[in-house]
Amino acid sequence: MVEKTREIVVPGEIIGDSSMLPGEGTLKRGENIIAIRYGLKDSSEQLVKVIPLSGIYDPRRGNLVIGKVVMLTNGGWVVDIDSAETAFLPLSEVPRYVNKDALAEVADLDDLIIAKIDKLTKMGVDLTIKPKGLGRIDEGIIMGINPNKVPRVIGKEGSMISLIKEKTNCQIQVGQNGYVWIQGEKIDDEIVAKRAIEFVCEKSFISGLTEELNKWFEGNLK
Amino acid sequence: MNIKRPDGRGQKDTRPMIAEVGIVPNAQGSAKFGFGDTIAIAAVYGPRKMHPQHKQNPRKGVLRCTYNMISFSVKERIRPGPSRRSSEISKVTEWALEPVVMLDQFPNMVVDVHIQILQANASTRCAGINAAAMALAQAGIPMKDLVSSISIGKLDKDLVVDVNKDEEDWEDGEGATDIAVSFTGEGKMTHMQLDGHINVKELKEATKMAQEAVKVVLEEQKKALKQPFGGNN
Repeated sequence: MVEKTREIVVPGEIIGDSSMLPGEGTLKRGENIIAIRYGLKDSSEQLVKVIPLSGIYDPRRGNLVIGKVVMLTNGGWVVDIDSAETAFLPLSEVPRYVNKDALAEVADLDDLIIAKIDKLTKMGVDLTIKPKGLGRIDEGIIMGINPNKVPRVIGKEGSMISLIKEKTNCQIQVGQNGYVWIQGEKIDDEIVAKRAIEFVCEKSFISGLTEELNKWFEGNLK
Repeated sequence: MNIKRPDGRGQKDTRPMIAEVGIVPNAQGSAKFGFGDTIAIAAVYGPRKMHPQHKQNPRKGVLRCTYNMISFSVKERIRPGPSRRSSEISKVTEWALEPVVMLDQFPNMVVDVHIQILQANASTRCAGINAAAMALAQAGIPMKDLVSSISIGKLDKDLVVDVNKDEEDWEDGEGATDIAVSFTGEGKMTHMQLDGHINVKELKEATKMAQEAVKVVLEEQKKALKQPFGGNN
């Protein structure tokens, strides 16, 4: 995050002229560029775009997501990933051979899984758990955050999340859809990590938040 | 102006407005908008998959508004639940908002807008539309513009901005005409309704008056949305 205050824009507001290129969340109307979403205006020399502040998770290819199995079908699992559409994990995207009668061995109804978005088609979202480290979540805690704040929690090149990992001794996976999986040795560590993430979300508008978080840890770790 | 307004307002004065976003924690977006004693809250859910499936439209999403007056919103308790009047206003609200909401980005989906009237003192549909536009924006739904709505009244021969209940029931002279109009921020009309009688010249004048008055409403909506770190996000 660049350390400058960004202006909040509302749909229909003029945020640039024809000398600039319209980026995400913007539209060209006549000579002007208008915002089509509620969010923060982000303009570089040429490009002007809107960083959304709200809205449901918009699936992108390659995103890591955490979802809940809502249905078992013949060909795989239907997973709720908190987006407008449910996602599908086909049998062929599981790293080992699974008997069609034994789908529940990999993930049963209401199990939480961590998966990668394989492809987006007109028909929906397809997931994969082939890469290492993906699959059913068996232990640890899950928390939900605003999906638009995920980049803030991860930080620049993962700076924020690695700080939390280091300080709390926890394994943390942040799903782009706003679910965070925390897994630590002791339950107390997990709770501290959870509170740290909540702190980041709450103070997400502050610049230099990594510093703030360091201070927070000083006060909250015994 | 020949008549005196019951609450002593000037011809072009609106009642004091309230606008706030992020008041319903579980909704994607929500807003409250009020003209004096008229208070509406709107909550937006979705976009989500449309059910039943036969109502899905693979070309564009559906905007579904529900307008409801809470039974205690008026002096005489009204029967709760949908009525002829409320389903009409729900539909009209959809039509007023549809031109700005970019529904083509959500095929097979539905965006639900629930509007509740907490207190009614005329102009409830205008307050509802204003709240709904703010809630949609806060929910992160792509929109080309905001929509602001205002009512213009004709009391006997005089045009006034933002009618209240006393003015709606005006009986002197030619009686009352109540015109609800909505405009986009750009100044395009998306909705107009009329109850009473009026001639073309007066209607044109009323439209012009609404276009001016609506700017104040738009400012109020923008101010609420731009409140830093406001809302449940």
